[in-house]
Amino acid sequence: MIPTENYLILSLALFTIGVVGVLTRRNVIIVLMSIELILNAVNINLVAFSRHFGSVDGQVFAIFIITDAAAEAAVGLGIILAFFRNRETVLADEMDMLKW
Amino acid sequence: MGHLIPSSIAPYVLPVIYAVVIVAVLPLLAGYIVLLERKVMADMQARLGPMRVGPHGLLQPIADAVKLLLKEDIIPANADKMMFWMAPLVSVTMALLAYSALPIGPAFQIADLNVGLLFILAISSLGIYGIVFGGWASNSHYSLLGALRSAAQLVSYETAAGLGLVSALLLAGSLSMKEIVQAQYDQGTWFIFSVPVGFFIYMVGSIAETNRAPFDLPEAESELVAGYMTEYSGFRWSLYFLAEYANMIIVAGIATTLFLGGWLRPFARWHDHFPGTSLEFFDVIPSLVFLGAAAYCFSLAPKQPVQIQKLVMAAFGGLCLVLAGAMAATLFASPAVMAGVHGAFWFMAKVIAYLYAFLWFRFTFPRYRFDQLMRLGWRFLIPLALVNVIDVGIAIILRQELGWSPFWAMLLMTLVTLGIAMWLASEGAKPAATLQPADKGL
Amino acid sequence: MILNQILFYFFAVLAIGSAILMVTRRNIVHGAVFLISTLLATAGIFLQLQAEFLFVVQIILYVGGIMVLFVFVIMLVNLDVALRQIQFNRQKYAASVLALVLAAQVFFALWVARAGLNLANPADRMPARNTEAIADAIFQRYMLPFEIASILLLVAMIGAVVMAKRRV
Repeated sequence: MIPTENYLILSLALFTIGVVGVLTRRNVIIVLMSIELILNAVNINLVAFSRHFGSVDGQVFAIFIITDAAAEAAVGLGIILAFFRNRETVLADEMDMLKW
Repeated sequence: MGHLIPSSIAPYVLPVIYAVVIVAVLPLLAGYIVLLERKVMADMQARLGPMRVGPHGLLQPIADAVKLLLKEDIIPANADKMMFWMAPLVSVTMALLAYSALPIGPAFQIADLNVGLLFILAISSLGIYGIVFGGWASNSHYSLLGALRSAAQLVSYETAAGLGLVSALLLAGSLSMKEIVQAQYDQGTWFIFSVPVGFFIYMVGSIAETNRAPFDLPEAESELVAGYMTEYSGFRWSLYFLAEYANMIIVAGIATTLFLGGWLRPFARWHDHFPGTSLEFFDVIPSLVFLGAAAYCFSLAPKQPVQIQKLVMAAFGGLCLVLAGAMAATLFASPAVMAGVHGAFWFMAKVIAYLYAFLWFRFTFPRYRFDQLMRLGWRFLIPLALVNVIDVGIAIILRQELGWSPFWAMLLMTLVTLGIAMWLASEGAKPAATLQPADKGL
Repeated sequence: MILNQILFYFFAVLAIGSAILMVTRRNIVHGAVFLISTLLATAGIFLQLQAEFLFVVQIILYVGGIMVLFVFVIMLVNLDVALRQIQFNRQKYAASVLALVLAAQVFFALWVARAGLNLANPADRMPARNTEAIADAIFQRYMLPFEIASILLLVAMIGAVVMAKRRV
């Protein structure tokens, strides 16, 4: 029986790596993938606590998060495709048309 | 024997043996299914097929394997080496991994998962990556285009196939493969007779899933060279090939378990005995089948033109006699052994029948163009599959709440679904809507 | 018991290693491959936590659906010139420090609360049939979020189609 703390530390590590990815990379697609990593870290946390307390509520919440992630990835990638068709770039630094 | 194995590894011994057997037998089996396909193709085209290598071409797969292994390993210039190496590996690994939840008979299953059916579907959906990365890593336009087309086709039809399976799952009540077969035993019918539309949807979906004709545009020889497999030669290509045929057997295995009763013999609940013994009428069918095959081989043996072919035919006849004897002998062994051996026979017979249908469709139907294929998947199969799920649900309510008999409930809802299917098909036959100038706004 | 630990450390190392590799790759396709590997390791963790339905859902939806979408879009927008540009933006040091401070805070919170996390034999109280229990929960207690999620997916589908449609 693996204690719950191990899963929480794993989740924390993945969350941190995801946050570093979101804040540090220029390529918008990698930023989106890091967001998916953050959502996965949260899922591990939820499922670990679901086992800790013996109810499936955490797993149900995790299923809804996966659903959410699918919707957000679809819309986000649609936006990136539309932007790429206009400006030929996927780097976040160069998406600055709204600056004065 | 049980006390020789320490209890800490005892639960793992039998599954490991089964896994080793499957991994060892499958490449040979895939090779012989290719030979079978060529022979069946030849038969349907009124010719003989491979006859040169070995008697009746029986050593053809061995010759093909040796050739592929000895070929030069060509990697295109500027190809992404890591992914070029990894892509066929992913395909083959996923194809073989799916066998771990497939029950070949009641005793031969590596792992009886509670979510066994979903596990096999999940692993099949992972096989898409082998195709996509293979096409990408080849650094060639044709490969990439073929790979993306193939992946789009697979994703579309796996939704439809999954929904077709759901309609049978509503009747089965569980995702575990063993319990699904048990449910067919309890209800007395194979699910193909309860949800024939579901079986049809799953069959069409599975043909598209495995990139077989008439949905084989991404890899047909006259289109896009060979799609994602263009730049692969030698052993890497044979890995893709093995993955495709292993996928075919998996898909046939799922259809058998869900719709054709798995390892149940026909009329599994008729226990009429021969008078005076406990031998049931239908249990002698495996032995009779092998005896018939032996008689056929022996009758053909004297008519062969070459001595070696006569000997091989006679050897086959002898092999069939041995198998008939084995089937008959297990009738008098313990019930577990008999159930295991006979169950495996019936399962494999149904899988071979389903695969024969695959081969038959390949040489009968012309190929779908890609836009026709996508249109069929999204605008006919998926709506039909959704309607089918709803109708099976209504049939179950009619059966349980209103007390209708299962036969009439299922018959009524099947007719409703068929009516909707015909409406959908007529809708699809209208010419596609052309773009209006007003669409420029978005 | 020992197999449990081996499996946990295997999946954990695979997940963290693939995550680090994903965030640092220059080639986006390699990054996608490593994210797929991370997601598969996460699915293994779910299986170890006795969440078997979530294990297959993660593979079917996340790895077999969302990542296929990512890989398609990456192959459509891949620029060779992007491989030779600077990968990390100007705030990389500040961002890393910030992320480490965040991690340290959460770790401190866990450390302080670790006594309360020790329940005896937590897994004994899991429902025996996982899929049926999740189905009961979704279709009885969480029916409203389920319906809202379906509307969300409908909206997302329409939005994605509208945005990715080619203008004629």
